Amino acid sequence: MHPLYHILARAANRNRVKPGEFIVVKVDLAEINDLYLQVILSFREMGGDKVWDPRKVSFVMDHYAPAPTIKAAENQKKMREFAKEQGIKHFFDINRGVCHQVMPEEGLVWPGMILVATDSHTTTHGAFGAFSTGIGATDMAAVLLTGEIWLRVPEIIKINITGKTKKGIMAKDIILYIISQLGTDVALYKAIEYTGEVVSEISLDERLVICNMSVEMGAKATYIKPDKKVWNYLSQVKHQKVQKDMSIKQLGEKENEVYESVYNFDISKLEPQVALPHRVNNVVSISQAAGKPIHQALIGTCTGGRINDIKTAAEIIKGKKIPPQVRLLVIPASSQILKKCIDLGYIQILLDSGATLATPSCGPCLGAHEGVLAPGENCISTSSRNFPGRMGSTEAKIFLSSPATVAASALKGAITDPREFL
Amino acid sequence: MFESIIKGKVFKVGDDIDTDQIYPGRYLYLTLPDEIAAHAMEDIIPDFSKQIAEEDWIIVAGKNFGCGSSREHAPRAILCAGIKAIVAESFGRIFYRNAINVGLPVLKYPDIIKKVHQSDLIKINLQDGLITLYNPEKKRSIEKYPPQLLSILKSGGLISYLKKYGKYSHFTDEI
Repeated sequence: MHPLYHILARAANRNRVKPGEFIVVKVDLAEINDLYLQVILSFREMGGDKVWDPRKVSFVMDHYAPAPTIKAAENQKKMREFAKEQGIKHFFDINRGVCHQVMPEEGLVWPGMILVATDSHTTTHGAFGAFSTGIGATDMAAVLLTGEIWLRVPEIIKINITGKTKKGIMAKDIILYIISQLGTDVALYKAIEYTGEVVSEISLDERLVICNMSVEMGAKATYIKPDKKVWNYLSQVKHQKVQKDMSIKQLGEKENEVYESVYNFDISKLEPQVALPHRVNNVVSISQAAGKPIHQALIGTCTGGRINDIKTAAEIIKGKKIPPQVRLLVIPASSQILKKCIDLGYIQILLDSGATLATPSCGPCLGAHEGVLAPGENCISTSSRNFPGRMGSTEAKIFLSSPATVAASALKGAITDPREFL
Repeated sequence: MFESIIKGKVFKVGDDIDTDQIYPGRYLYLTLPDEIAAHAMEDIIPDFSKQIAEEDWIIVAGKNFGCGSSREHAPRAILCAGIKAIVAESFGRIFYRNAINVGLPVLKYPDIIKKVHQSDLIKINLQDGLITLYNPEKKRSIEKYPPQLLSILKSGGLISYLKKYGKYSHFTDEI
């Protein structure tokens, strides 16, 4: 069986699972963010008194960190009270960062586990060999009550990425290109496994970008077979190597016939990519977007706020000034990343250039706070979505690109090919 | 109360209607049904709640309706605004689950968007898997609802389902 099917079968207490089957699986970690007080409301409405296992529940205050409105503050307050009352082991307040970065840093993600979280970008953790998927508030309330969730066993698509990446090309360019070629619904109700030399060569940070944005093709989950880079990371964050009752062999098993379809991408000739408003698959090469004036540039979020992203931007921006008509927002994905970037001098470089630093969190990505857009403004962003109104006004335009392209564009005040600075 | 037969007028929308368009992120802190309902589809159809105030309506959409975020506010807003069901070519998977969990019937039907006009009457029979179009009158079979999911809808959503059964009683045996 495919490793994802091994994971699901183990969690469903079955020998085998087949695509299309409905199964009920035991959850290894359930994570809730501060958007969804509804989780607690639904839990109470279901008659919930005690969560099934407070050691397997995590709360992360990230979408509204720190609280921008009285109502958001009240919601967070109620979540803190709930977590305290229930003895929730893994509670992370507004000082910690975005859930998809905080969970791995805290040793809460490992190969072979079942992870559900109230955020669509939960597909990120397939990069660690976990089965991880986003769910809604009432689904989550049911998990808190029963420790279980029903799933339809997904078909699996294989995406094989080969070739030699050119200078200035990042994982974000690769995944934007793939989304533009395959569309926003190719993986609906399905999982995606990524393979190929490019996937092996890129850093874990870069793999996370690819798995994170897979939800923009509809994916339910992703998978990259864990390798040395994953094992090294896991040993640094001091947590279990593999899910109990699973073997490394099961997580690496090859069985090609299980794939519903296979797509091959040679990215040797790929140029920097930009997703134009207002769809993630509305992607062009940099030459077709270059010159478009921008008002705001965002480096941050669960997609593009990791060390490699901030380092790339700092290297491009070092010793230069952001022009006065541009606001460059830097929002590290976690407090650990912020501290490391301070130690490595990246934050100093960016502040010296005129950047604005905000609290590690989701930032303005979903239009909540920390830099929402006014009508008529253009923003180039390392985040994942450019839907109308996503980052504030529906009359603002969001362009998605790699951190390198965002940094180069911030310097020029217009969308710019980052290779000019490399 | 669960009704197996749903009748309503068609409210047409296009492809890839994402959850930010269905329910803007700036209102995610709201939790009360009436407050949420007031912002349904606000950014793309500003007078949506007014347009559907009279009579029963069924949203008919193209592909990938509800793609994007995991916000349960999206189907809640549509349900609380009074929409009876959604028929689409396909749905964003988290939206699909969320809709069933809050008790909003969602049905997949290929090319539905090309087969109906705005304000046409349609009838859905969830139990038998039938959809009836009236302009011109045609009965068509739709993919039968998986019994597991129908069991949640019949309970009026996941909260009532779990109150009644305490666990996923309809999911453990193979169909």
